Amino acid sequence: MTSEQIVQHCRDVLELLPREALALAREKHPDIGGFGVFPVYAPLEIIHAAGLMPVGLFGAGDKVEISHADSRFQSFICSIAKSTLELFLRDEMDDFVGAVFSSICDVARNLSSLVQRNTPALYIEYLHLPQNMASAGSLDYTTAEFTRFRTNLASHLEREITDEAIGKSLVLYNKVRSLTRDLYGHRKHKPSSIDASDLYTVVQAGTRMMPEDFIPLLEQLLADMKTRKVHPRDGVKVVIEGSFCEQPPVGLIDVVEAAGCLVKDDDMVVGWRLFHEDIVANGDPVGAMAQAYLTGSVYTSVRHDRDNPRTVGLMNRMKNSGAEAVIFAPAKFCEPALLDYVLFRQKLDEADVPHLKVEFEEKMWTFEASRTELETFAESMLFD
Amino acid sequence: MRTAVADDKDYRGKVHALSRDIMTDWMTELKDATQTNIPSAYLMISGNCVEILRCFDILPVFPEINALQLAIRKNSLPYIIKSEELGYASDNCAYVKADIGYTMCGGVGEGGNIPKPSLIVCNFVGCNVYIKWFEHCADMMNVPMVMLDIPFVREDRPSKEDVNYVLTQLKELITECEKLTGKKFDIDRLREILKHSARAEQGWTRAKELCKNRPTPFDSYFDSINMMGPINALRGTKEAADFFDQTVEQYEHMVEEGMGAAADEKFRIVVEGPPPYPYYRNFRNLFEAWGAVAVQSTYSTVGGTWEFGFCHDPERPLESIAEQMIVHNLCNRSMLERYKQIKSYVEDYEADALVIHSIKSCRLFSAGQGDMREYFTKELGIPTLMVESDLEDPRYYAEAQMKNRIDAFFESLSYKRIRAGAESEKGKVG
Ligand code: SF4
Ligand code: SF4
Repeated sequence: MTSEQIVQHCRDVLELLPREALALAREKHPDIGGFGVFPVYAPLEIIHAAGLMPVGLFGAGDKVEISHADSRFQSFICSIAKSTLELFLRDEMDDFVGAVFSSICDVARNLSSLVQRNTPALYIEYLHLPQNMASAGSLDYTTAEFTRFRTNLASHLEREITDEAIGKSLVLYNKVRSLTRDLYGHRKHKPSSIDASDLYTVVQAGTRMMPEDFIPLLEQLLADMKTRKVHPRDGVKVVIEGSFCEQPPVGLIDVVEAAGCLVKDDDMVVGWRLFHEDIVANGDPVGAMAQAYLTGSVYTSVRHDRDNPRTVGLMNRMKNSGAEAVIFAPAKFCEPALLDYVLFRQKLDEADVPHLKVEFEEKMWTFEASRTELETFAESMLFD
Repeated sequence: MRTAVADDKDYRGKVHALSRDIMTDWMTELKDATQTNIPSAYLMISGNCVEILRCFDILPVFPEINALQLAIRKNSLPYIIKSEELGYASDNCAYVKADIGYTMCGGVGEGGNIPKPSLIVCNFVGCNVYIKWFEHCADMMNVPMVMLDIPFVREDRPSKEDVNYVLTQLKELITECEKLTGKKFDIDRLREILKHSARAEQGWTRAKELCKNRPTPFDSYFDSINMMGPINALRGTKEAADFFDQTVEQYEHMVEEGMGAAADEKFRIVVEGPPPYPYYRNFRNLFEAWGAVAVQSTYSTVGGTWEFGFCHDPERPLESIAEQMIVHNLCNRSMLERYKQIKSYVEDYEADALVIHSIKSCRLFSAGQGDMREYFTKELGIPTLMVESDLEDPRYYAEAQMKNRIDAFFESLSYKRIRAGAESEKGKVG
């Protein structure tokens, strides 16, 4: 496949509902089951090692009309919670074994209860991911939490999930993550070598594929990127921040670029590419994953890390990517993103870094207001 | 028959006055501490470990109580607006906004009413906003923060690892407190403090239990606030324990005399969700007008669910503190556990209806309450009313609309009751 074909394929995959993405994967892997993964992070390797395909549950974008979930979640709740619940209420997830949610925010936690009550046939897991990375008890706790998930899943499936199988899955996901890091790294140096919206499309589509099928696509894309002749474009070099859970419509990312911004780094789909480096298993894959969560993760708005504040994380992300401005793109009503914005903004103001906030909703399809704001912002920087 | 009730409603007055007195003493201490160097620490209400701070004579400060007081005194809006100027969104929890706005306007520290804390203890018990709130306080005031990450209840009981994780963090907190105060940890002192806690908790349980009586001696939603301050903020003191002895005595006396919270108790309700503090009195009036009295409420259990039998155990000091933080409070339990809690309230306290007050600010409470309404009305057949406003931001309270909804609900309940009465009469005649 050429790069264009890969991107097109990924676009097509993103048009599918989770059930359809699972059906597509089953054409090649007839025996696999499906398991939903609500953002931000879950130990994918355990799910994969159980013979299941982890499928990112990033709501339903504009593909499903919300008719049931609106009466369950009030008007001031983010779209991803509503559209994810809608999928379950509409029996769209019935082909799945279950789904996993985690302690990212109060909405996600309550959502997991609602899903559990309304789809009793599915196995719904809730992980309490640690918020204390520095305690002497953190590693044992995190290892136990991942192990609890592994045990529960195995007993639900009545199937053993061996260390060996988790180790093999770890190798695959390490590969996915390292190739994604390489793509991001390459984009940092040559932002024109791939459109931000294309990279985003590919990475998100990867959450709906088996890793073994996704890896060749990433490899091909990376090889093409490296050899592609591009005309460097001018633009305001930006980092996109705040899209760690509900995902912005691809159209919005197009608008960011069309307005004259070059995206150097971002936090979209961050949970699926969370780690700085490969996780080395050394015989205890679950322990290694727990350790990586504690000390090898990039910062996100849903993880408190006393010794590595997110404000420093954002500054480093700016520095390392050579960005000169920040576009905050929080989902409407997203409490963690909107609260983090306050501290981020303060630090950026202190450092004299320009920034702009553009809120979105997953089902948004017209971007005129954002376009004008972004254009004004980019122009003011380019002609300053 | 009208319920016997003291004319000047001094039943409400007495417990209210006792509570106000001990809470005022504590607030005076806070004000005094702005001028001295005595160590103080921020802590959240839900499943807190105030006893550990007390063991080191660290003055506990609760920003949630600060926010609550600003709201109930109708003083929160300017601070909320101040925070919005700093970048907080209109959709963020307004407790955070009021407290931060107040801090930024000089309410905390010298010249204010609340001391600048020496330490910020983030007891992350359920609400994720707690983490952000305290991160902001720590950052804005440049104060060290200790994180107590309390695993959410996600199995029938907490695992050994959950408990160990919390115990390890509590020991780490103790080390921080030792460093801060220069005092050595004294487990026997902690045991003494926990004895006071346990006595207060037994009083709480007993008082709540009295609401099973008809009429209920106090409104377990609106009047529980008189007990919530002492149990959550002052727990571990002799004064709080004594307060509960006196409270129980007062309410027992009322039960003996057949005195109730309402002049004429017509409807017994269970209330879910925090109250609209900026319009506390108005909101209460809307229910009182119908003789509707809360016999139980979930909000009163945010700090602890003592009515289900838990008490701190001086023989197992740290273990029982850990257990309360993990299991025995509403915030660290799932929505479905809350459904169970409400169901048991409705059954055990013989309630006629459930009222859900949905709070825009507080997604911990509100996210998904539509499903709760669905469950209680459709699956359990319990009449359920859902109204919406805010616990802190006065802009979200629409009195006329609120009144219409509440009136329509109780009107229909009254009608159903009359019809049911007529049916049963007909049955007797037939
Ligand atoms: S978008 Fe934000 S508020 Fe909504 S579920 Fe995700 S993290 Fe929570
Ligand atoms: S979200 Fe609710 S529980 Fe959390 S801090 Fe705000 S008011 Fe309190």
